[in-house]
Amino acid sequence: MKKFGGPAICLNRNDINTDEIIPAKYLTENSKEALKPFILEDLKLDGFDAKSNKLTDAKVILTRANFGCGSSREHAVWVFEVNGINTVIAESFARIFRQNMFNCGMLAIELARDQIEKIIDLGDDITIMVDLDTNQITAKGGTGELTFAFTLNSFDRDLVVAGGWLAYADRNY
Amino acid sequence: MGMTIAQKIFAAHTRDNPSADNVVLDLDVVMCHEITTPIAINDLVARGMDRVFDPDKIKVVIDHVTPSKDTKTATQAKILRDWAKRNGIKDFFDIGANGVCHALFPEKGFIRPGYTVIMGDSHTCTHGAFGAFAAGIGTTDLEVGILKGVCSFRMPDSLLVNLTGSLPDGTSAKDVILKIIKELTVNGATDLVMEFRGPVIDAMSMESRMTLCNMAIEAGGTCGICLPDRVTAEYLWPFIKDQYVTLDDAIADFHKWHSDADAHYLKEFKLDVSNLVPQVTFGFKPDEVKDVTEMEGTLVDQVYIGSCTNGRIEDLRQAARIINGRKLADSVRGILSPATPAVYNQALAEGILQQFMAAGFCVTNPTCGACLGMSNGVLAPDEVCASTTNRNFNGRMGKGGMVHLMSPLSAAAAAVAGRITDPRQYLK
Repeated sequence: MKKFGGPAICLNRNDINTDEIIPAKYLTENSKEALKPFILEDLKLDGFDAKSNKLTDAKVILTRANFGCGSSREHAVWVFEVNGINTVIAESFARIFRQNMFNCGMLAIELARDQIEKIIDLGDDITIMVDLDTNQITAKGGTGELTFAFTLNSFDRDLVVAGGWLAYADRNY
Repeated sequence: MGMTIAQKIFAAHTRDNPSADNVVLDLDVVMCHEITTPIAINDLVARGMDRVFDPDKIKVVIDHVTPSKDTKTATQAKILRDWAKRNGIKDFFDIGANGVCHALFPEKGFIRPGYTVIMGDSHTCTHGAFGAFAAGIGTTDLEVGILKGVCSFRMPDSLLVNLTGSLPDGTSAKDVILKIIKELTVNGATDLVMEFRGPVIDAMSMESRMTLCNMAIEAGGTCGICLPDRVTAEYLWPFIKDQYVTLDDAIADFHKWHSDADAHYLKEFKLDVSNLVPQVTFGFKPDEVKDVTEMEGTLVDQVYIGSCTNGRIEDLRQAARIINGRKLADSVRGILSPATPAVYNQALAEGILQQFMAAGFCVTNPTCGACLGMSNGVLAPDEVCASTTNRNFNGRMGKGGMVHLMSPLSAAAAAVAGRITDPRQYLK
């Protein structure tokens, strides 16, 4: 199975919406790759720089509640995918965004607020690895290492294993 | 244990239960527009799977940028147009017949009580007004829907929204839903079906119910839904009159979808609307809402009346109550975008378009355009728009612009005053 995890970037805010992740004016692109430069272009977050190396290197996004609210645009998932991000860890997700992640064979993992806070407290340079055999994430940072268990809906897991909903549906329906 | 309307619709459409928490539903309608469908079409073509599960159940419109504004949007329209043609999709709406999807498709009678409906558009929840389960989904779900006629959902829990009292003049469904979102927050209905009930709903037109259900997603709701009744049957009658002998037969048949008296709701929310005042958003989230009286004096550069939320004939009639005989303030640009050709024609016949034009408004063709900052009224940085749309996200109508969501009456009042102001002063 595909490996999930890597260097993480923290977007420390609730309710980050799809228009912030990829503005509507870029929805006229007809390829996923064309979205790449516009990741998180309109994000309202103090100190955040969409052009930073930290974002370029990130494989994991660590964030707060209701991530991906707003539009149904799967472009919000694709812009992560083409930038090498494979996992989003949040307190909670908007329904369509979460489903779009699993439909693309990517991971949307929910952790409790205090767990997210403890990971953020590990410092600026955090690496998070996901173990889908044990359903655990391990976060390493300047001040130590933390391991948390997470739950994954069995169907969502099947989608990740299948590589997405199209492959799953084509086999089953 | 009884069932909610959403649970009944799910039970009647279950194809598979891939886990205890998930269900794969058979779909009655798959709706497509030119923004989220072309990538699905390109992918199907690339995989050698360029086919559709049932061309009669697929409804297609070009609405977000129309007429096309550049090569990219023209290409999106062409991909959709060519695909519809080669797959025998007859319900395809192009220039001259097109309008905002969530206003156009109900007008065509495509949505019926008990239906399952998806579209690659988050405001698909609008169609729950007809007692259908209608949900926005992403492009992969759309692709599978087009190909297989199925879509997966989590088991639906419902939030019962009970609306009592009667709406005071000067307020409308838009004020009700903004007030509800303010109280619930943008995350308050996530993963829940919002079932709207009570005497306020019973008294509402289909247009108002669509406005209400349209913004369920802004509280995170999967779908807004109303129990189908006489109002629903009367709206749909031209399309269902061959199925039923009388209107009462249709109403009786619709009743099978009604939630049972002992149905379980995960949450309940009650609101007495009798003292509601017009509501306006102030920030970058749709739950950042204040009474219009608290926003009094906020200067606006542009007023936009239209969209899948408030571009229907009832909305235009409301706004015209204030616009008729008045002029736009000198500092304001006014844009009216009737949501469909039928709305446009009706407004023309009633003299409403002439009233808007006499006031100084620009009347555009039916399109989503400005609502999401794509065309026909994009804001410049630091500009402010009083808008009847559904999202005030940062950059939504143009980078650096500010959007205040409000009712058609409040937008009309802002248009003539040049600032946000209480519309009720113009209704005396």
